[in-house]
Amino acid sequence: MHDKSYQAVMARKNAIMKKSVGIDYDFFEYGRISFDYEKMMQEAPYTLEEVMAIQQTYGVGNTPLKELKNITKLVRKIAKPGKGARIFIKDEAQNDSGSFKARRASLSCYHAKRLGFKGVITATSGNYGAAVASQSAKHGLKCIVVQECFDSKGVGQPEIIEKARKCEAFGAEVVQLSVGPELFYTFLILLEETGYFNASLYTPYAIKGIETLGYELVKQCEAQTGRVPDVVICTNAGGGNLTGTARGIKQATDKKVQIVAASVNLKGLHMASDTHFNRKSFTTGHTGFGIPFSTYPDRSDVPRSAARPLRYLDRYVTVNQGEVFFVTEMLAALEGMERGPAGNTSLAAAISIAQELDQDQIIVVQETEYTGAGKHHNAQLAFARENGIRIMFGDPREEVPGESIILPKSPELIKAQDLDLTHIKKSCIKNLCGEVSELTREDVKFLCEEVKEKEVFVLNCLKELNKEVI
Amino acid sequence: MKINKGSWVQIHKIILKPEERSPQVPEDTKKVPLEMWVKGLLEEDAEIGAEVTIRTLTNRLERGTLVKVNPHYSHSFGELVPEILEVSRIVKSYLGDEDYA
Repeated sequence: MHDKSYQAVMARKNAIMKKSVGIDYDFFEYGRISFDYEKMMQEAPYTLEEVMAIQQTYGVGNTPLKELKNITKLVRKIAKPGKGARIFIKDEAQNDSGSFKARRASLSCYHAKRLGFKGVITATSGNYGAAVASQSAKHGLKCIVVQECFDSKGVGQPEIIEKARKCEAFGAEVVQLSVGPELFYTFLILLEETGYFNASLYTPYAIKGIETLGYELVKQCEAQTGRVPDVVICTNAGGGNLTGTARGIKQATDKKVQIVAASVNLKGLHMASDTHFNRKSFTTGHTGFGIPFSTYPDRSDVPRSAARPLRYLDRYVTVNQGEVFFVTEMLAALEGMERGPAGNTSLAAAISIAQELDQDQIIVVQETEYTGAGKHHNAQLAFARENGIRIMFGDPREEVPGESIILPKSPELIKAQDLDLTHIKKSCIKNLCGEVSELTREDVKFLCEEVKEKEVFVLNCLKELNKEVI
Repeated sequence: MKINKGSWVQIHKIILKPEERSPQVPEDTKKVPLEMWVKGLLEEDAEIGAEVTIRTLTNRLERGTLVKVNPHYSHSFGELVPEILEVSRIVKSYLGDEDYA
């Protein structure tokens, strides 16, 4: 019988992980801090064509790309003359589980079945749980979803409660926890107890499953408009959505497509705080995940994350909660598409960024998510109001996360805010170096790839950090 | 009230007491335990509040305090948020329909 104390279980973390994902991450390590990312991605031994075939068989992918003509018309009313790109949206809510996360779950579940696992486990409070549950149902796998769901008063986030319901609808067992990062401890105990496959969001299987999304959107855009998108905007939390999409885009075209990350600004709210838990109206797609996972991808539940957004993104913007709720209603009222708020983070950014581009240019918002009781803009705003959050019209820039939600009093006030990418990249380099004081030339090359920068940038940064290159 | 063996129930369990919580959690979270709720079929007749064993959907046995029988969902679309009606009016007014101006 294993010792189940917190310390003992956490000490066995690497051994449990190795067994439950079937990947020996040590194999890819080199230099002082580096690892071979592309070699690790080969651990998911499926070509893009094979992934597409698997997804087609199991109710995933081939979602429609829809032009938002009325929203584009509105944008052109408020943009400078000649400006206002065409906005398209990839309607990922059409996947069986209701979000793009179906792509992420599909390969993990397919692979788990192939390897002979009886079941899969995932730790997530988001759409990914429903995605794993849905795919597990198709493959006849047992499924456990571990959720952070309630605060210490037993009050659940309506959005997360709805996701629990959906997981159960697909036959999954849902283990619900109160707030805290020790969820990981419960997750490890369950992996050890059941011997199930760890359907982590951050393995090569998860990320390769999303590549089809990027590939499809380019091909659909070309077919519908005769050109590739100029800009693709991805809602960014753990970085997998952006990473997989960008990798798929690269396989679809050699032309330059600008990749933009968008997160909801939740500045000031602590993600592990019991009292802040129900004061936020977004449980994903926000800066509370987006920034820490961009600046240190390996904080995830596997030793080396396959989600590495800084390798791909060209720009990172934030929008406020009020702006996302506003555009969620806009999507329903002008386009007849009722979708979940969190997935519309990138749509809010698109309405702002489209005004910088010419009218013949194209922006693709690469996801939508399903909506329903609990995860609907009315449900989320009503819950915020019950929790004492002030909801009003005004300038969204004055919103204080956890205290107010400011709906723009006119669409002109929707303004995506650029984050300082140089600062984020420097922070990533610092975190990847950790305590290591001497780096090799190959580590420098690795860091260049990690933050998509030239050697001079990385060397200057290392100098600032007092690191030596030998 | 006696709950019969085989009923669909929810149990509650303390995973970590406040003093056992990870050092990295914020102060407010450190003051409260890490709690867990799981559903399954009751393994023995019991009363609400009793320590019981359940068999979960993945055929695992879990022990904890019996808190609910036939647990159900009651989350909803929430109370009306009138501001949403106003957002709808605002965005429609931009498309030239004078009724929304």
